Amino acid sequence: MNSLLFFLMVVTLFPLGLGPDPVVLGELAPGILWVVALLSALTVSGRLFSADFEDGSLEQLAVSGHPLGLCAMAEVLAHWCLSGLTLVLVSPVFALMLNMPTSAIPALMLSLAIGTLCLSLFGGIGAALTVGVRRGALLLSLLLIPLTVPVLIFGTSAVSEAALGYDSTRWLALMAALAIMGLILAPLAMAAGLRISLEN
Amino acid sequence: MSATQPVLWVSNLSLSRGYRALLSGLSFEVCPGELWQLVGPNGSGKTTLLRALAGLARIGVSGQIKRPPRFLYQGHAPGLKGLLTPKENLSAHPGGHLSSDEGAISDALSAVGLAGFGQVPVARLSAGQQRRVGLARLWLNESPLWLLDEPFTAIDAEGTRLLEAQLQAHCRSGGAVVFTSHKENQLGEELAVLDLCDYGPR
Repeated sequence: MNSLLFFLMVVTLFPLGLGPDPVVLGELAPGILWVVALLSALTVSGRLFSADFEDGSLEQLAVSGHPLGLCAMAEVLAHWCLSGLTLVLVSPVFALMLNMPTSAIPALMLSLAIGTLCLSLFGGIGAALTVGVRRGALLLSLLLIPLTVPVLIFGTSAVSEAALGYDSTRWLALMAALAIMGLILAPLAMAAGLRISLEN
Repeated sequence: MSATQPVLWVSNLSLSRGYRALLSGLSFEVCPGELWQLVGPNGSGKTTLLRALAGLARIGVSGQIKRPPRFLYQGHAPGLKGLLTPKENLSAHPGGHLSSDEGAISDALSAVGLAGFGQVPVARLSAGQQRRVGLARLWLNESPLWLLDEPFTAIDAEGTRLLEAQLQAHCRSGGAVVFTSHKENQLGEELAVLDLCDYGPR
């Protein structure tokens, strides 16, 4: 819910800040929507494991014998359903508010679906490493931003090219490759990161 | 006399935290039915040792530890979700449980003195009550090994008596317990004591 509100605020504020010229807004819309998706994914990731870490549930999971990586994946995917998927469903509305050409909306939704999954997976890895760290949000941003830049570039390229009428499949394929890599590697990385965070 | 397999086996364990060596050369075994208390002054590494035994601390730990595949660990944090009630927490706890049967859970809560609090979200209980909900797991769990960090903290005299009785009952039925405590207890001769000062850094 918070990420939707964040999206709504940004989408209403950008036209006020950039001026109401629909042509300019339409050109900038893919970039705006994607950067906002990235920023909200970053803030959401920071809170992913902190509640469980604070109340001791995480260490109980770690000693329970259940595979920690799969438990972490379940949390990440649940988070993605609440934040990323809902964003995908609402994105056409925001796209129209920013005067993005409607031909690009399917590409927007698809790129957001795959891209927010990548962001949630990378965010989960970063969160697993920084959950016990004081002021971990700063470290998390530093860790994640380099990893998320490719996703951002592929996502905006997909939507911009679709807006111009070109076929954006190659960008979506690259993002899908990142997502598959993330799905395979994230459980291992998150389990290792969580065990390191539980050392204290 | 048949040799019983030790439940927990530690060989030549050395622990360090940061750059400080805490313990070195620790070797011991815990066999079924044994009740062990780790003693030592504050900062001697009791909690770190217990976490190493549970597998939570691995950095700075050298030597060998063999632990059973299922065991119960209760650390300083209660390990409960604040939004759920004690009954929901106990029936959905990731640690292995004997039963998530309503009756057994209610009995466990009564045993720790929280009979009427089964439906109150844990976040609204006091710190001592939350610890007691965590300890209620001991009445629901039949793992061969219990690792308990300061289980007697924030427990009143009656609760202490009940907890001691439960630890002894677990040992009599073939389980083993390793715990730390600052308080005096009435556990008698069956209690084996491991003094961490004997294994201080050399």
